[in-house]
Amino acid sequence: MHWSRAIAVLVAGGLSLQSGAQQAPPTSGTRFVVVIDAAHGGDDTGAHLSSGQLEKAANLALSVRLRSLLAARGFQVVTTRENDASVDLNHRAEIANHASAAVCLSLHVTESGSGVHLFASSLAPAPPTRFMPWKTAQAAWETRSLALAGAVNSALTHAGLNVTLGRIPLPGVESMTCPALAVELGPQRDPDKKITAEPDNPDYQAQVATALAAAVLEWRYDPSRTEARQQ
Amino acid sequence: MIPRYQKILFVILLIAALGMGLKLWQLRERAHKRLLTGQTVAPTAAPVVAPAEQATLVVANDLDNSLVPQVHSLPLPADPGARARAVLGKLLDLYAAPESTHQVTGGAASVAQVFLLRAQGARDPGDQLAVVNLTGTFAASHPAGLETESLTVLSICATLRSNLPNVTEVRFLVDGVERPTLAGHADLTRTYLTSEAAPVEGTRL
Repeated sequence: MHWSRAIAVLVAGGLSLQSGAQQAPPTSGTRFVVVIDAAHGGDDTGAHLSSGQLEKAANLALSVRLRSLLAARGFQVVTTRENDASVDLNHRAEIANHASAAVCLSLHVTESGSGVHLFASSLAPAPPTRFMPWKTAQAAWETRSLALAGAVNSALTHAGLNVTLGRIPLPGVESMTCPALAVELGPQRDPDKKITAEPDNPDYQAQVATALAAAVLEWRYDPSRTEARQQ
Repeated sequence: MIPRYQKILFVILLIAALGMGLKLWQLRERAHKRLLTGQTVAPTAAPVVAPAEQATLVVANDLDNSLVPQVHSLPLPADPGARARAVLGKLLDLYAAPESTHQVTGGAASVAQVFLLRAQGARDPGDQLAVVNLTGTFAASHPAGLETESLTVLSICATLRSNLPNVTEVRFLVDGVERPTLAGHADLTRTYLTSEAAPVEGTRL
């Protein structure tokens, strides 16, 4: 099963092999695809928010907002789900890999912490190879994912949002062959740590979605998107 | 007419029966007194099982996504497995406190067991794998989220590394069985390296 996925990774990300440009990412052309992954769905409800809403619904709402903003800016957007469907982590990665995405964003919301939490995979960066293990395919894109995290952090901070950055194990994202991040929306807090907006607040989500769309726009023209090389 | 020997035998058996009844009553009274005496001398304070020592706990903070080492004094048993359980119990007690920056209920009772095994494929023969068995109640009550769940897992790994340097790898069980995630986000199916609190792919118990 993993061999077939490895071949899928090769096919999805390796058309450049035929032209001999092995180091060039598949996103360096004019086609710029953004994959939005609303986490959870179906039986997998995710967190229970204090408003009574489930994380899977709040994730989908944020996904819809971001998709609309990106489509309005002319981006081609692919989503892993458009309704309350259960989508396997491997299938989410397969959707992203077949789209040859330039950006992959996995969206979450939580009741804990403060502001927006940005996570890249904790895999050690690795050079791209002909066959990549399915579970660690993201390693070849790790450097670009970290550069993307910098661009998103910059845009969110510029929008006045509190941002924390980290690298953690990210099942699903670690199989994606694109610059990929997990974006977790926590409650907005004032300097006294009191909550001023819950993560499912529509205005708060719109503010974050606008900042994310700005970050993707900036990333499209960021030289590090195509110049970043694996260590 | 009853023979004489039967009369003598009857008297002897009657005396023996009365004697045994008296002895049984005395034994009952003695046992009752012993029971009452035992209740009054029962210990009211927990015995000290180990001397207090300094332990470094790596404490999570949800607000800035940080892990901060803190030194605490607590009784630490000599046995490494019990020692690991004691430090993790103290760490989870801190998380259960009202002023905690990483609110998780459950406390010390959430760590059911910690098993120390020889790490597979270890470079150093002394390297150990810690298997932390958490309770189902702890997992069920843990806040859900990428950040909060990862901080719990990573703080446990870092705390084990700080106090038991031989522990190089950590795996997690919940109620004795493998579980996909802690509360929907943090992956519990993989082996975590304490040196970098990062996972190693493809390893299994």
